[in-house]
Amino acid sequence: MDLSAINPVLLLASLMVAATPILLAAIGELVVERAGVLNLGVEGMMITGAVCGFVVAVNSGSPWLGFLGAAAGGAGLALIFGGLTQFLLSNQVATGLALTLFGLGLSALVGQGYIGIKAPAFPDWHIPLLGDIPIIGPIIFQHDPMVYVGLIFVAGVWAFLTYSRLGLVLRAVGENHEAAHALGYDVIKVRLAAIIFGGACAGLGGAYLSLVRVPQWTEGMTAGAGWIALAIVVFASWRPWRLLLGAYLFGGITVLQLNLQAAGSALPVEYLSMTPYLATIAVLVIMRSGRAPGALGQIFHASR
Amino acid sequence: MTIKTILAGATLALGLATGVAAQDTTTVGFVYVGPVGDGGWTYEHDKGRLAVEEHFGDAVDTVFVESVPEGPDAERVMTQMALNGADLIFTTSFGYMDQTVAVAEKFPDVKFEHATGYKRADNVSTYSARFYEGRAVQGHIAGEMTESNIIGYIASFPIPEVIRGINSAYIHAKEVNPDVEFKIVWAYTWFDPAKEAEAASVLIEQGADVILQHTDSTAPQAAAQSAGNVVTFGQASDMAEFGPFPRVSSIIDNWAPYYIARTQAVIDGTWESTDTWDGIAPGMVEIGEITEAVPAEVKASAEAMIEAMRSGEYNPFTGPLNKQDGSAWLAEGEVADDGTLAGMDFYVEGLAGEIPQ
Repeated sequence: MDLSAINPVLLLASLMVAATPILLAAIGELVVERAGVLNLGVEGMMITGAVCGFVVAVNSGSPWLGFLGAAAGGAGLALIFGGLTQFLLSNQVATGLALTLFGLGLSALVGQGYIGIKAPAFPDWHIPLLGDIPIIGPIIFQHDPMVYVGLIFVAGVWAFLTYSRLGLVLRAVGENHEAAHALGYDVIKVRLAAIIFGGACAGLGGAYLSLVRVPQWTEGMTAGAGWIALAIVVFASWRPWRLLLGAYLFGGITVLQLNLQAAGSALPVEYLSMTPYLATIAVLVIMRSGRAPGALGQIFHASR
Repeated sequence: MTIKTILAGATLALGLATGVAAQDTTTVGFVYVGPVGDGGWTYEHDKGRLAVEEHFGDAVDTVFVESVPEGPDAERVMTQMALNGADLIFTTSFGYMDQTVAVAEKFPDVKFEHATGYKRADNVSTYSARFYEGRAVQGHIAGEMTESNIIGYIASFPIPEVIRGINSAYIHAKEVNPDVEFKIVWAYTWFDPAKEAEAASVLIEQGADVILQHTDSTAPQAAAQSAGNVVTFGQASDMAEFGPFPRVSSIIDNWAPYYIARTQAVIDGTWESTDTWDGIAPGMVEIGEITEAVPAEVKASAEAMIEAMRSGEYNPFTGPLNKQDGSAWLAEGEVADDGTLAGMDFYVEGLAGEIPQ
């Protein structure tokens, strides 16, 4: 094996890119679950975001508008889920799964005329000064803006949940919705807001694939990323920084195993392909602390 | 007149009506493993279906079901198609093999065509394409164009089809460039744009300036494009939108002539169970335009190679060739037989690494 062929700087840099779609989707789902709602439709919202973002970006020529469209698309789909589960009190697990199937079908329909078209370019940012620092510059400060948006979201969600009053309300709703209701908080409104935020984030994650990572539209292109995002939320014990660690670990080992393969590693490929999943689960389980939000997945109605 | 006779009369009339319809038009069914919009494998099969519709006009009806999982679901879909009056059914994925044979047994009057499989029956044919002929052309151009002498290869699954492609590309790259080295990444997927993009980036980071892919999305093309100086080839479909550079040529699966010929055979009543494995000569494998990014003399020699394969005077697997462990495989001038190619499970001499088991 020729390990010298692997450039650690490039490896770390591509880790951040590989982790971003999962990170964006997962941070949204984290907020949703902290509000006590289990939305299994992440995959469906991601792919809807991917196609909406692509369609908007191609028609407007602006990737930024594309990302806005993707957020709107993901949020729109999430709103269906919100309406069904919060007002019509449908089962969250079943509705979430249905949302994934619906999202996959809807995106295929919307994307019909967009196969084989290229997305407008979304250039990397070469941040002045910081980007010129040797080693650290290329690793951290020479990415496309969405990589930093993902990081800002993680920090923002962490600050929101930990320090803000609204964050406290959201956590209260997620822990015990009856108590929160008794205190006079509008459980449904808080949850709907969280669901919409989750959908928008998933949409951004999907659009990162269709506008930056791949970048083009193909049916089913998220290929299970939404499910990995869901798993990372659970294994990260619903905490934003652990979630960042999980996403980077997953992205990092995915890239590393490809690097090892290309460098001619003696390890069998099957084991290398398994490692991102195994390592992410192992690390996050070992570090595991805390528990699921108390009211996660439960149906709330003021009359009960 | 009793209700019974009315019903009997109605049934008879209905039976006659459908009987007449069945005589007039031939119905051809297609079972697809992916969505028609995948841009690669299924997309090309569906282009074949559309070509059948266009060629025969009103004489032929086509039906298709997309994204059919390999397994019991496929059997249900095929049965439904046969019950609905399909005369000829194309099942377009390796994993439909046993289901195709099972359903064919229940409908002896319906003709079945299974892509890339090896189980046949009186009403089941198999067909596949010699994609390795196209790989030879890619390897030739890749070997000529690489400057780092490192060629990256995104492989999907370790099955003979993929291994043939790697060997064929390597033999012809090595022929024109003895220093060439292949770096192979097994993606374990036919289609996962994000993973393919990552695999391509990794190979580029490790010095590859040519990327060959045996996965179906255009993600590696985009990765090469943003890297700037990396050559790629279209896979399954032309991927012309990435030309003239990085995509300098492509392998195109062209199923249309075969589908039209087989439909014609059913209409004429001359259909027989056959095993077809066609390459460049009958047009099942097409080489997409070699762009101006390729030097003129390389383009000329690549085209000469295509012509030699078309006329049958050149076989990409012609000796002397050794296996990876150094043992002799083909003697000077000897060509590989189809049996060995169909079950190919070894690398040729010079390739590094092991095939995953």
